[in-house]
Amino acid sequence: MENLINIFIKSIFIDNMIFAYFLGMCSYLAVSKKYKTAAGLGMAVIFVLGITVPLNWLAYNYLLKEGALTWISADFAVVDLEVLKFIVFIAIVAAFVQLTEMVIEKFSPSLYNSLGIFLPLIAVNCSILGGALFLPTRDYQFAEAVTFGLGSGFGWFLAVVSLAAIREKMSYADVPKPLRGLGITFIIVGLMAFGFMSFGGFELPFKTTEEQQASQEKTSAKNENKKVGDVVNSVVNYSE
Amino acid sequence: MSTETLEKSGQEIAEVKKPKEALLSKKRKELLSNPLDEDNPITIQVLGICSALAVTVALKPTLVMAIAVTAVLVLANVVISALRNTIPNRIRIIVQLVVVASLVAIVDQVLKAYSYDVWKELSVFIGLIITNCIVMGRLEAFALGNKPWDAFLDGLGNSFGYAWIILAIAFFRELFGSGKLFGMQVLPDSYIGNGVMMSPAGACILLGILIWVVRSRSGYVED
Repeated sequence: MENLINIFIKSIFIDNMIFAYFLGMCSYLAVSKKYKTAAGLGMAVIFVLGITVPLNWLAYNYLLKEGALTWISADFAVVDLEVLKFIVFIAIVAAFVQLTEMVIEKFSPSLYNSLGIFLPLIAVNCSILGGALFLPTRDYQFAEAVTFGLGSGFGWFLAVVSLAAIREKMSYADVPKPLRGLGITFIIVGLMAFGFMSFGGFELPFKTTEEQQASQEKTSAKNENKKVGDVVNSVVNYSE
Repeated sequence: MSTETLEKSGQEIAEVKKPKEALLSKKRKELLSNPLDEDNPITIQVLGICSALAVTVALKPTLVMAIAVTAVLVLANVVISALRNTIPNRIRIIVQLVVVASLVAIVDQVLKAYSYDVWKELSVFIGLIITNCIVMGRLEAFALGNKPWDAFLDGLGNSFGYAWIILAIAFFRELFGSGKLFGMQVLPDSYIGNGVMMSPAGACILLGILIWVVRSRSGYVED
């Protein structure tokens, strides 16, 4: 349980889909002109991420991963279908989005009017596929995958709503002409990302075991410049 | 500029020579050259931003990414354009996604085999070419209504437009962020790397400034 709360907070603030990974930028910039549409798409992203990440988790762990097919027969232990992960993930996302659109249209026209127009956009939103593609690199359990999906959705919602609020206020400002629209929006997003970087220094509320506490003390000195260090390291590594 | 008149004359020539259009007529040259500047996918059309920001920490992965996107975009454009009369309108998005996803899976495997380090560094961003808006945008806007050769040129032009922007961003980020270019030390050793350039936030601001420069040159104004 405590672990889940940690993942939830981490995926909203620290590993925010927009400010840490830039996933879903296209629709993020396109719909953030008005607060209302931004909130609508944000809701849709929470919903779709919250369902498709667990679905893709199931697909990955019971179909694609090496040895995932052993539930059919022990002979399949050597089968590795990871090559197919792109096609399977995107098919699941697209099919689910199409299905949701049809179900919502049938049963709740009012919800369809507020949410439905955004659903086709979501099939090609990088954050949905990105959420699925992070699964193989992180060793989540099922409950953790659900939490991660929902948390990432909330993080995206938070980001898009706050940018929309700023852009609505911005319409009264006198911005240099070539910078208007996209240019100034990028600079605002950059400044917001600086703000979100400060969450990187947060202590997560729960520590699972005493051991971790001890190891954290050891690495606390390293942690301080971890954020910048991470990126620099990756560059240094490849140049070696 | 006289681009309008150029366009017009290009169209007229194309109309006159309709039965046999030259392999590289004026109209087709424009398909290739327009996306580099006045119809650039990133600075004007606002497509494919995710990867433009995420992979541009250094020049080497950026170059690999640009090549990967070029391969996928050109091939997908040609395939979809060849299939355009057989795809039912209702399921076209899914057909496009399947074609693009298969191409990306191939590119992913090739990179994994031949340049493992860069593949590891790019991680999820190779997969995210599938949902890169440039690919979907060009398929929807161009490939579905044009012949394969035109679609080929359009794909090439747009991916070059994309490539030069992300390479420019990567150039500044690597130069000022770590004093290197393609991993080689360029600035003197006493230069201390600028952490802002390495962080995602710095990339955003840099791209904002780049858009400012490009747009004030081309005179494009968004309202």
